[in-house]
Amino acid sequence: QVIDCFLCYRTASVTCAPSLGPKVLPSEVDMSSPLMYGTPSSRVEGTPRSGVGGTPARQRPDLGSIRKAPQVDLHSEPPSADGAVASEQALGQKLVIWGTDVNVGTCKEKFQRFLQRFIDPASNEDENAGLDLNEPLYMQKLEEISVVGEPVLNVNCSHVQSFDADLYRQLISYPQEVIPTFDMAVNELFFERFPDSILEHQIQVRPYNALKTRNMRSLNPEDIDQMITISGMVIRTSQLIPEMQEAFFQCQVCAFFTRVEVDRGRIAEPAVCRNCNTIHSLALIHNRSAFSDKQMIKVQESPDDMPAGQTPHTTIVYAHNDLVDKVQPGDRINITGIYRAVPMRENPRQSNVKSVYKTHIDVIHFRKTDEKRLHGLDEDSDQKLFTEERVQILKELASKPDVYDRLSSALAPSIYEHEDIKKGILLQLFGGTRKDFSQTGRGNFRAEVNILLCGDPGTSKSQLLQYVFNLVPRGQYTSGKGSSAVGLTAYVMKDPETKQLVLQTGALVLSDNGICCIDEFDKMSDSTRSVLHEVMEQQTLSIAKAGIICQLNARTSVLAAANPVESQWNPKKTTIENIQLPHTLLSRFDLIFLMLDPQDEAYDRRLAHHLVALYYQSEEQIEEEFLDMAVLKDYIAYARTYINPRLNEEASQALIEAYVDMRKIGSGRGMVSAYPRQLESLIRLAEAHAKVRFSDKVETIDVEEAKRLHREALKQSATDPRTGFVDISILTTGMSATARKRKEEVARALKKMIQSKGKTPAMKYQQLFDDLRGQSEAAITKDMFEEALRALADEDYLTVTGKTVRLL
Amino acid sequence: MPSSHDWINKPLGVVEAMFAQSNSNPEWEAKVLEYFKGQLKEKESHSWVPSLNDVPLHYLKPNSLVKFRCLVQDMFDPEFYMGVYETVDPSTKANVLRCGKYKDVTECGVDLNSRNTVTAERQTFYCVPIPGESPWAKESYGCSSQARVVPSTSYVPSRQKRSYEEDDDMDTQPQKQREPHTEPHGNGDSKRQETEAPSSQTTAPSDCSSHLDLNFPLPGERGPACLVKVYEGLDSFKLNDTLEIYGILSVNPVLTVLGEEKDPSLLLLNPTESMETPEEQRAHDPPASLVPRLHMLYARPLQHNNPLLPSAPTEDQSAFVSSFLVEMASVRAELLAYLTHVLLGDGLAAEYLLLHLISNVYTRRDVLPLGKFTLNLSGCPLNSYTERLYQIVQQLVPCSYRLSMSLHTMNSMRLVPKKDYVANRLVSGALQLARNTSLFLDETQLEQGQLDSSGVRNITALGNLISWQKVDYDFSYHQMEFPCNINVLVTSEGRSLLPSDCQVPLQPQVTPPNMEEYLTTIHMAQFTSQINKFRVYLSLARTLDYSISDEVTKAVEDDFVDMRKDDPQSVTAEDLHRMLVVARLLSLSLGQTTLSRDGWMRAKHIDMLRRSRTEQQKSLNGNEP
Repeated sequence: QVIDCFLCYRTASVTCAPSLGPKVLPSEVDMSSPLMYGTPSSRVEGTPRSGVGGTPARQRPDLGSIRKAPQVDLHSEPPSADGAVASEQALGQKLVIWGTDVNVGTCKEKFQRFLQRFIDPASNEDENAGLDLNEPLYMQKLEEISVVGEPVLNVNCSHVQSFDADLYRQLISYPQEVIPTFDMAVNELFFERFPDSILEHQIQVRPYNALKTRNMRSLNPEDIDQMITISGMVIRTSQLIPEMQEAFFQCQVCAFFTRVEVDRGRIAEPAVCRNCNTIHSLALIHNRSAFSDKQMIKVQESPDDMPAGQTPHTTIVYAHNDLVDKVQPGDRINITGIYRAVPMRENPRQSNVKSVYKTHIDVIHFRKTDEKRLHGLDEDSDQKLFTEERVQILKELASKPDVYDRLSSALAPSIYEHEDIKKGILLQLFGGTRKDFSQTGRGNFRAEVNILLCGDPGTSKSQLLQYVFNLVPRGQYTSGKGSSAVGLTAYVMKDPETKQLVLQTGALVLSDNGICCIDEFDKMSDSTRSVLHEVMEQQTLSIAKAGIICQLNARTSVLAAANPVESQWNPKKTTIENIQLPHTLLSRFDLIFLMLDPQDEAYDRRLAHHLVALYYQSEEQIEEEFLDMAVLKDYIAYARTYINPRLNEEASQALIEAYVDMRKIGSGRGMVSAYPRQLESLIRLAEAHAKVRFSDKVETIDVEEAKRLHREALKQSATDPRTGFVDISILTTGMSATARKRKEEVARALKKMIQSKGKTPAMKYQQLFDDLRGQSEAAITKDMFEEALRALADEDYLTVTGKTVRLL
Repeated sequence: MPSSHDWINKPLGVVEAMFAQSNSNPEWEAKVLEYFKGQLKEKESHSWVPSLNDVPLHYLKPNSLVKFRCLVQDMFDPEFYMGVYETVDPSTKANVLRCGKYKDVTECGVDLNSRNTVTAERQTFYCVPIPGESPWAKESYGCSSQARVVPSTSYVPSRQKRSYEEDDDMDTQPQKQREPHTEPHGNGDSKRQETEAPSSQTTAPSDCSSHLDLNFPLPGERGPACLVKVYEGLDSFKLNDTLEIYGILSVNPVLTVLGEEKDPSLLLLNPTESMETPEEQRAHDPPASLVPRLHMLYARPLQHNNPLLPSAPTEDQSAFVSSFLVEMASVRAELLAYLTHVLLGDGLAAEYLLLHLISNVYTRRDVLPLGKFTLNLSGCPLNSYTERLYQIVQQLVPCSYRLSMSLHTMNSMRLVPKKDYVANRLVSGALQLARNTSLFLDETQLEQGQLDSSGVRNITALGNLISWQKVDYDFSYHQMEFPCNINVLVTSEGRSLLPSDCQVPLQPQVTPPNMEEYLTTIHMAQFTSQINKFRVYLSLARTLDYSISDEVTKAVEDDFVDMRKDDPQSVTAEDLHRMLVVARLLSLSLGQTTLSRDGWMRAKHIDMLRRSRTEQQKSLNGNEP
């Protein structure tokens, strides 16, 4: 008898489970089941309860599945005790759903109290935008439901936990029983408050963020039938599977019909027609049977939380009803659902079975973690959670006065010296503070620091890039030689199965909020490089391909390495001449470093020592000397998420002064030595340096360091080899001021010479060139001559047609 | 074999007895492992266990203890199984508690609703024989085995036991014929096509598709693949680990039948079955006759795959090492002479080849692998010289593979393993190799022409392998980096297009009129005992420890500064890196575990010789590479 009852309950929950098992059966046990209690409305044709009105309930196949038998503790919970539940609620605590300690009444009451009272003033979830944080949060959401009419209430489990830990525990342990109770509670409350609202179906509660957000790897048999939240990446979705909930049979003889519910995936075909007693006359009528939508989704562990050297695990997930087609392959999601294990089906024709269970998760709630890339909103929802101790360690480290030097020396310890470059990269890893100027029409203010390393081949640039790529969670590494514009940005792919167009993202988009390392930057084709213009300043990527037009965020820092064109760096040439990159692109780099061989004995000795040490020190020694890579990673992640420094008054003054100083240097020699872009760079660097100190304020020391580093980088990359002065215009216009001055001089000399010749409307090109060369003291190349001609043509003084020059 | 060896013949009996004694005290599991470990510790006892590598599957008794020398090719998802379950006897209605560990199928009459069921977790590894294992290593392993196997009765008595080598070609034959019987449904046909495919493709240089079914990393590999069920220490295993696994062989035909029985109506209604695609079914539940299951009791990680060396790091080994160290220098001299002959009398190239053969990535400093020594042997004579050279290398090392870099192979072959999400498995590629495998890249086969995108990817993968000793496995939505430790030797005409740690232009001193004959004579002139000594030497030199004293460190630093003083362009940090590796390998090759001043000078000297040779080559060709 007891087992009978269990089966009834099970059957019922499979088919129609807004509440538990309301299917009316003449069994005595079923009537007395505690599951009968408080059913708001049993099925589509069920009896409506007072407040809930005529709103139909909707099946929740996400909850209803076969409950595993061993969980029902038959002996400690004699069925006679259950009998009392329906009539007498007063007994309270003792009367619980089988195998659980859930009392429906108490549970419902608690949840209603939670809905009515819970306030989270510190809420910063974007979903709560526009809600009054000092009012009960979920009541506002109910109001929203009554306005919008979408009958789904998402409940953050951490809210439940902070409100009532016991309720939370029950929710996690017995979701299959507790969630329907929640549904009941919410519907009663809702229709009490908004009796007139019309909903498509009754409100369904969808809990998410079960606090133990887990790694797929840590799932174990103990989690079966519990509510869990795991994160992962969708790798495959199946087509929609219509799952039969109820079969409809019709007698071929007398047209009598009967419905049979699907039990554990099987239909018991009625052999005899109850009406006319004909044997084997019933036939299944497909289009009168009831089906529900279902989709199989395969989720793979996200690459970030996997141990090295193992392959990622996958899990099968079933989505039901409106959760079908909510996610696409490639999406990173957090899934809240119930973990299930189903024994392999017993085959009547075989005596023994495989002793393996099939496991899957029935989804209750999806949350995309990378969704925001398409919307402008911030911040990473996949924030790493830090334990108290870890935070303590990090803060301790931050309070040390030499933390900046410590961290920079911990960066790529196998690469020797280049302290300033490492410091620059360190600041890049931290990044500036993100500011939004979209109201004033400026759009986002770039917070990412871009760095270019140029230098002789074999100065471990690639190694540095590899290291950075391995250090940051969202790093991408590409080589300029191998990547095309498409590989960097995004391309559109047609899914062979569904014929659906899917946007596949490339390295730049993938490293959103990370660092994109580009090796052999100089080998990159022009068209590829041109996409970088937008990314490096606007931080977005516009795509117009195959009918898909969109703008993706690519808030990525670029760390690029370039080799000089003539295999060896030529110190007599400017940076631009050495690497032959367009100055428009170069000016987008905050810092440009040269990695050159210093060729000095003391350096050689230190280098040799460093390298030899590399080959004989044991692993332990290394760890003593340097910071652990994991600590560094956490330190950066923590600072990036939690520290948002702002300029204080003194720092802003210092920045202004620094900028004015930079401008002054140039103005003395009649050239511009700094542009607003340089000021922005300074601000970013200062902010990043404040982040390194875990400081919420940018102070003068930060500005000092930013200035120093910026100056160092300029000294290396923007020194005019002809004069020995730092000249920012080399990077901003591609030409040093002295070169420009000389150009003007030549043009003036040419003009003078032409004027001195008197009124000759046309001249021979070659002759003019020879004359000029004869007249001038300095050597004049043909290029210079042509440039001068062009300058004069621009002045509308003359025109050049073929081999003749005409005056205007 | 004495009957006392029940633990080999009927290991499940031992397990069950222990389970029965335990009274559901979970400690019994540890006891089982203890017991088998203890048995295997006994002298020579592991050689009594038959090996799946040498003995054809149909000669092995089901449910007996076997061993398998293999590489972990793929790791499947963990699975839950009935660790303990209850059965109901239909006649007596008595409940019996049973143990489900180390088994694939349950006894009949499982009570699914029993409260005594214990769900436990295990993981399946897909294991393949170590890729590129040299024939001599296979043979030598086979000979050392003392296990006697009796053909099972279902086989024609005329079939005598043969060595594995001979059996290879015939082996697939009977299975192919049997298949239609065991698999009456459509699935069998496609599989048959796959096994038959090679006959039509034998002419193509890369027939990696033919054995796709068993997912071997290298084309043309043979041998059993195995699904290993792992119960303990899941985190200690990594992809591409080489292991010797002792476990219980399970070839229950039910496993196959279960997979085959696909009633379409059942499929529709039973969602749990339909979630696996046919491809996935085939990859995860192949017929047990092709891919047996092995329930792991004990696994020994293989530090090396040389049968001539004591396997475990025991006292035996250290005694063996110290005895061999005495001989080291003389064996080195002999090997060097041999290699010099092989390299047409070029002593310097022979020296470098020797150093290359004992190189090993011994540690990594953040991203930098230390100890790798990729050699580019340029100026190789054409016409099958490289092929013969490979055969000689193959004779010396336990694992090797020659990749002929022709345009066609580079464009068509899969080097990098790729995750197939439909079948939910990692499709192997030629770069999924065990540690210390010698990869012989034959660039002399490369001709002018167009590389397509997969060719470019392959070349990039080879470049990454050489520079960083890592392979980025393709997981389609992202890449995953797997560190590796592969000795890469590139033979080319000019300088190789791939990066390398060190390039040596070959300068033949002799020009034999008939290359084939010349090399064959050299090879024949060596006694097997001599060759065996070389083999031991190469494996052993790799395992030695090494250090540099402070004094020598200082000397090296001074030397570097001096060299730079004369001409800063001549010696760069990279050169110092290389010279330090050369010095390390030179010392180790002589059996010295610390760097001496002499060792450093020698390293400097041979590097100088080599560099002058490359300079010369450059000026000879008149153009810079």
